[in-house]
Amino acid sequence: MGMHMAHIMSSGMGGLRTAGDLVAWMQISRRMKIGDAKEYVARKLGIDVLDLTNEEVMRRTREDLGIGIITSVAGSPKGIRAKIKIAELLEIPINSVTLFKSQLGI
Amino acid sequence: MSDKILTRMGDGERLWMSASEVREDIAAGTEDAARRAKIPQLSEEEQEKLFEIMAEPSRAVSVSPGEEVIVTDDGGTMSFYTCQDGGGVGVPLSRMQAILTYERACGADTTSMGHSDYSYKPVKPIINFEMNDYYNTSMLTTVPFFYGAQPNLGLYYQPDGPCPNPGDLMPAGKIKEAQEAQELAAEYLEKDLVFVGKKMASVGCEGLNLDTSGSAGDADFLAALKGVRRLKKELGHMPIIMGSANEFILGMHGAAKFDDQRLAGMYPHRQVKVVEAAGADIFGVAVGTNTGESVAWNLARTLTFVKETVRVADIPVHVNVGMGVGGVPMLEGPPVDCVTRVSKALAQIGKIDGL
Repeated sequence: MGMHMAHIMSSGMGGLRTAGDLVAWMQISRRMKIGDAKEYVARKLGIDVLDLTNEEVMRRTREDLGIGIITSVAGSPKGIRAKIKIAELLEIPINSVTLFKSQLGI
Repeated sequence: MSDKILTRMGDGERLWMSASEVREDIAAGTEDAARRAKIPQLSEEEQEKLFEIMAEPSRAVSVSPGEEVIVTDDGGTMSFYTCQDGGGVGVPLSRMQAILTYERACGADTTSMGHSDYSYKPVKPIINFEMNDYYNTSMLTTVPFFYGAQPNLGLYYQPDGPCPNPGDLMPAGKIKEAQEAQELAAEYLEKDLVFVGKKMASVGCEGLNLDTSGSAGDADFLAALKGVRRLKKELGHMPIIMGSANEFILGMHGAAKFDDQRLAGMYPHRQVKVVEAAGADIFGVAVGTNTGESVAWNLARTLTFVKETVRVADIPVHVNVGMGVGGVPMLEGPPVDCVTRVSKALAQIGKIDGL
């Protein structure tokens, strides 16, 4: 685990703590390079690119949008509920969301 | 700044080097990569930037705010619960617990799961188990969740697989027979990649990782490319990471071609173009670490390959930076001082999209 944690701390975006997952979704869904993916996500969130890795801004932004936060709060969206919102926000297909919605008939 | 810099060799051994020795190793490392791949060396400015990163006295170093990149992994969550063979720390966690811990406690940008053998062939007999675990976990994960494994063509050769072993045929001078054995094995591998990919897609798989493609040579890489092309064509939306096994593709077959391009001997800046053509969404560059050279030498060499690859790529480039690749020392527990220097240098100088 040493190398994973070291890379995450040294140069990672922070995942759910910030906007790392959102930028990653754009890389894998639309083949966006890092700069384009960051700009796209920042525009969708209505924040500066620099704040994508700012925990103080992203905690509030994620909670407001219902796209999952790093701490566990009873009743707050996480997992598939959060991913449904993420797919809508970023306007991308997420296969698990597509399957889940089809199972619900929506 | 002290003239003496505490650094390491590619096998992890700690040593003090003078500033001039580090600079000489950086120059030699970039020259080696440039000469082999016929690509530009790092500029003097970039070499000096790398020197500054190597010479930083701090134990751990990092990028500046705004320079962060995406961190993907190749079975990283398995390291929580597996044993030494997989770099694992043996904590008694389920796969789901490890995946969620990695996502929520470690702040990973993406997460993944894979079979403990981490090859596609052995997944086939247990595909329903894998689909079940993937589906259940995907209901709880929020970050992109990959299913990963290695193509690993070697598993299709006797005595482990059905095809004659090229390792036996080639020393006997049976070159044509060895090529035919690799071609047959590659057909089996391609089928297995498509089989597993389609099964995982049926349970809402968010992405596939074909890790260490080409580990058994050009026929291995070819099967992975063909598998990616078929999966992208037949599944529609299926994000795929395709990572390579080495800085150049071994010519075990020698004549394997994809879209009329000979794969043997391809360096990363050419590998990425065939990976793009196959339809993959992210390319993983792999550059082996030379244990007999310093980290400065290895990192300069890696950066030279990576910089050119990023320059020509139309898809995101994530660099393999585990133990023994990308300038990280070949050590069971990669030292934090080196891992973070590799991380920072690749982001700042290599201009990568991820790790």
